[in-house]
Amino acid sequence: MYAQMIKSTGKGVKSLDEMDPEERAFQERINAGGKIEPKDWMPEGYRKTLIRQIGQHAHSEIVGQLPEGNWITRAPTLERKAILLAKVQDEAGHGLYLYCAAETLGVSRDQLTRDLLTGKMKYSSIFNYPTLTWADMGAVGWLVDGAAIMNQVPLQRTSYGPYARAMVRICKEESFHQRQGFDIMMKMANGTQAQREMAQDALNRFWYPSLMMFGPSDAESVHSAQSMAWKIKMNTNDELRQKFVDQTVPQAEYLGLKIPDEHLKWNEDRGSYDFSEPDWDEFFDVLQGNGPCSRDRMEARNKAWDDGRWVREGLLAHAQKKRSRNMAAE
Amino acid sequence: MSSPESGSYDATEAAPHGKPRAIEWPLWEVFIRGQHGLSHRHVGSLHAADAQSAIKNARDVYTRRNEGVSIWVVEASAIAASRPEEKGPLYDPSNDKVYRHPTFFDIPDDVGAM
Repeated sequence: MYAQMIKSTGKGVKSLDEMDPEERAFQERINAGGKIEPKDWMPEGYRKTLIRQIGQHAHSEIVGQLPEGNWITRAPTLERKAILLAKVQDEAGHGLYLYCAAETLGVSRDQLTRDLLTGKMKYSSIFNYPTLTWADMGAVGWLVDGAAIMNQVPLQRTSYGPYARAMVRICKEESFHQRQGFDIMMKMANGTQAQREMAQDALNRFWYPSLMMFGPSDAESVHSAQSMAWKIKMNTNDELRQKFVDQTVPQAEYLGLKIPDEHLKWNEDRGSYDFSEPDWDEFFDVLQGNGPCSRDRMEARNKAWDDGRWVREGLLAHAQKKRSRNMAAE
Repeated sequence: MSSPESGSYDATEAAPHGKPRAIEWPLWEVFIRGQHGLSHRHVGSLHAADAQSAIKNARDVYTRRNEGVSIWVVEASAIAASRPEEKGPLYDPSNDKVYRHPTFFDIPDDVGAM
């Protein structure tokens, strides 16, 4: 998931009887599968939680361009390069759709950007890991985008209209991303001995960080319970993680690669794989900004923002000049 | 995805939705007509300094996969929208006028297709 550890009201879910009439009507509409639109009445907690969640999701898309952008100039063929460029361009678009959805809740994109650049808001832990070889482009598409899709497909049914509509568009494009990743993995896995080793190494390094993307178990979390009651979170983290493992293990087998987990085992009773939990201490450490690439990522985003300042201001000044000339001519 | 129905930005930097603050680009709503002759449809929104760059950005963001053959952009702050609380007065009156639907009338089978 691209949004992790999102805090909600922290107060636990109210029953319908505890709600005042306005809130009760709101909740009943959500329970009946209705959509909430920007101008509809909504509890302040719903609005704030959504801004945090959509904002973090948007930031993840934007920061997520960096590990892949790293390989655009070094893609092995012109075709691979064009495909990777198209993918990274999609991520920018995803960020844009999501910022626009967040903006309908009363926060501007520039404000959200400032919150990212000052470290007040977070982005997904996964983008703090380095992409060391070309096989990592395969692993990122296959595993990271695969994990993102697990979460984003159900979010197409989320209760907030603009968020759901953004997610429909994103899901269509993510499917291209995951397939291009798997295509790279197939090529590497069927290549030379050195290429196979590179593919296995990429899987070894990205497996546990991908499992962390779903966040720690939230079965007991009051925040998640509230978000699920509001239908801005559709499944528990454990449900999605299990689904991801069950889907990915056969794909790894197809590639002839080995999931780096000695406890991975099919559980006949559950109809699912048993697997090892990732190292949650590492996860919290990365979230605190101590990931291998955390500082690089923030520096790159800050630099892009600072270096782009003259463009933003220049275009605005030009637009204002043209507008005043048009007005003078009328 | 934005919506011209949005409320204003938060109180700390109060400005109507989509209206640019000091150094922010205004918000534009984007409408695209698909290949098959249908009407332009709202697809989302974006920020741009002026209409020309809004169209360019819309092309880059919203038509990367042959989604359309024509783009309209309009500044979000220029769109007037009905309010949710007007829902009753606006739409309820049509609910009891079932005769507006062709299925209201029983036409004998003998008459043939109509």
